Amino acid sequence: MTTVATRRTDGVRRGSIRKGETASSWLFTAPVLVLLGLFLVIPILMALWVSFSDWGGRGSPFSAGVNFVGLKNYEAITSGGGLAEQNFGQSLRNNLWYVVLVVPIQTVVALVLASLVNNQRLKGRGFFRTAFYFPSVTSSVAITVLWLFLFNTTGAINKVLSWLGVHGPNWFNDPQGVLHAILGAFGVTSGPGALVSHGFLGVSWWDWLAGPSWAMSALILLAVFTTSGTFMLLFLAALQNLSGDLQEAAMVDGATSWERFTRITLPQLRPTLFTVITLGLIGCWQVFDQVYVATDGGPDGTTLTPAFLSYQASLINQDWGQGAAIAFILFVIIIVFTLIQRWVLRERAVSKRRRLNPPPVKVAGLPAGEAER
Amino acid sequence: MSRSLTRTVLMGAVAASAALALAGCGSGFGSSNDTGNGGSGSTSKLTSSNDPLTVLIGSSGDAETNAVKSAVASWSSSSGTKATVIPANNLDQQLAQGFAAKKPADVFYLSTGSLPGYAANGSLLAYGDQLPSDLKNDFYPSLVKNFTYDGKFYCAPKDVSTLQLIINTDKWKAAGLTDADYPKTWDDLATVAKKLTSGGTTGLVVSGQYERLGAFMVQAGGNLTNADNTKVTADSAANVKALSYAQSLLKAGSMKFAADVGAGWGGEAFGKGLGAMTIEGNWISGSMQSDYPNVHYKVVPLPEGPKGKGTLQFTNCWGIAADSPNQKAALKLVEQLTSKEDQLQFSKAFGVMPSIQSAASDWKQEFPEYTPFLDATDYAEGVPTLKNVAPVITDLDGKIAQLKTTDPKTILDSAQSNLQALLK
Repeated sequence: MTTVATRRTDGVRRGSIRKGETASSWLFTAPVLVLLGLFLVIPILMALWVSFSDWGGRGSPFSAGVNFVGLKNYEAITSGGGLAEQNFGQSLRNNLWYVVLVVPIQTVVALVLASLVNNQRLKGRGFFRTAFYFPSVTSSVAITVLWLFLFNTTGAINKVLSWLGVHGPNWFNDPQGVLHAILGAFGVTSGPGALVSHGFLGVSWWDWLAGPSWAMSALILLAVFTTSGTFMLLFLAALQNLSGDLQEAAMVDGATSWERFTRITLPQLRPTLFTVITLGLIGCWQVFDQVYVATDGGPDGTTLTPAFLSYQASLINQDWGQGAAIAFILFVIIIVFTLIQRWVLRERAVSKRRRLNPPPVKVAGLPAGEAER
Repeated sequence: MSRSLTRTVLMGAVAASAALALAGCGSGFGSSNDTGNGGSGSTSKLTSSNDPLTVLIGSSGDAETNAVKSAVASWSSSSGTKATVIPANNLDQQLAQGFAAKKPADVFYLSTGSLPGYAANGSLLAYGDQLPSDLKNDFYPSLVKNFTYDGKFYCAPKDVSTLQLIINTDKWKAAGLTDADYPKTWDDLATVAKKLTSGGTTGLVVSGQYERLGAFMVQAGGNLTNADNTKVTADSAANVKALSYAQSLLKAGSMKFAADVGAGWGGEAFGKGLGAMTIEGNWISGSMQSDYPNVHYKVVPLPEGPKGKGTLQFTNCWGIAADSPNQKAALKLVEQLTSKEDQLQFSKAFGVMPSIQSAASDWKQEFPEYTPFLDATDYAEGVPTLKNVAPVITDLDGKIAQLKTTDPKTILDSAQSNLQALLK
């Protein structure tokens, strides 16, 4: 009894207000913590367990009959030369091309659109803003179905191409990689032996370098079309937050509009750029609904993505361990890509060389601290 | 930055350990009630209770849903057991969720492709041998084989479909062909397909997949596996011959795949007049009626190959869950739903073919124009039913779609090794 009393007075004496704050902060965050734990952390850990188990999809994964099988599920999709490995390799290849093309294109398009719409002299800005944002608020399923019609072999896109004298591809049914198709046009139809006979994850290097298939290219265009509007909005918000002082100062110094954009506007947009690229990367590595609606992974598996493969392995083929393993490899890939991108976009100190030979355009009016950085 | 990173890591560690502890506590919830009851082992004792039944179906449309609903309702009123029919949006997914939650539908549609996975993880009740013997012996033997996994007859086939040749009679006449010209051999088919090819119409347009071209394999005396699914025969000479024949038609331009003419499947290409003939199953009647009512067509048997008649058959069964609390009632319901009266009702409502031999003559009387489909049940072969076979078939379909420019042997060799891996 006495000890408790002493302790209490002690506590009050030391951090009288702080202590109450800590307790109430836990109290206020508790509901969210419980919800997050219940619906996020526990399911993730359950999935992690499933990826190391032979759970077959019946009853709880923690029930008695489920065994720990070590890395067996991971081995099945990364080695052994079976179909599971091939499919996983192919899905990674497809998705890598998707990421490599979608993320830069959608970021640039979003930035350009935002700059255009931000232009004070543009008439009807409200209309354009809505128009560019419209695809983002439309259901992705609806747009995908629209895409299926547009890119049908006898559809609108190929019709337009035929006016230009181009015989359009059979978009959603042609598994040939775009780069292979271009090489094919120059008479190169099979790769050098070194590339064909060696490979990674059951896919030859020649096929890794095939580029996205025509079907995947259509999905890439779809992604750019739908997400650029969302990111345009982020850039627009950031652009509208920039103060005009720096711009004016640069104008006084005689900087051209391109120089002002690359040297003043762009550096200030870095936090937004980080957000947009991170969201883009994560979204692109998780592409699922377009594949589910449009292609089911076809033609010849060239639109398979790890997310879709994980779904297929678990819910359709009852291979829950493999499905979970794919999901966790995907998780690691996303983390690694985000870390790389974070490192690339980090705030750098101005290099020594730069400081000694200042760039031709000197920006007056920068506060001293800003210039130091 | 480094400080925030450390904090993030710490938070993550705390959250992870807390959740591990929680998950540890939670691990009891499964083990208490799961002692391996039911499953593949318990075929003799059925659970029985007063629980109402749920029936999960993957319906083709309102006609099918209403027919099943009324059949189940009439059983309910005569048996006194309540039963609800739920049309699934995505049957595979909803089944999987039910099994994982241990609250599956009691009775459900089950495809030959899904059977091995669910049979292997113990989700299904293998009730085939507990059906009354007069009903059990009435099923087409090949269907019983389709639903036999690991030596156990799992579930009652609910219907059967086969592939035959569908001919656009207007285009047939326009090409100067008569009833005497219906193709009897592969050469005949090549000849008429060539004659029917003109302008925007291709002689034969089929979906480019094993599920259609497999009919040629059977006609050549092959298939992907033997009938018991114990031996993989994908790279057999017969299969190579079949695919080479299909390839020759593709190269001649008298056959095209539906995807290459901008159609989703053979029936669509046929209905739109992009193809004068197609190879499809009896389900085509429904879509011809609703989407292309003005196209006149006739169903004839597929031509004979080097080894005589052959085609593929497809079927679904009425699965019963191992975790169903009322298997006794579920079994009674299935007996009712596979009875001659109910199956003929279903045929009238949505065009399926009954899975029992005793209903054949009534069915033929009702649908004389579709008799070739039902006749084919005598010689049709099923598709492989091995655990995890679905991705292998998908992979094979993807390659068959490129048959025009790919060596048949290469395609079949990879199918052989992929299927072989499933047998181990």
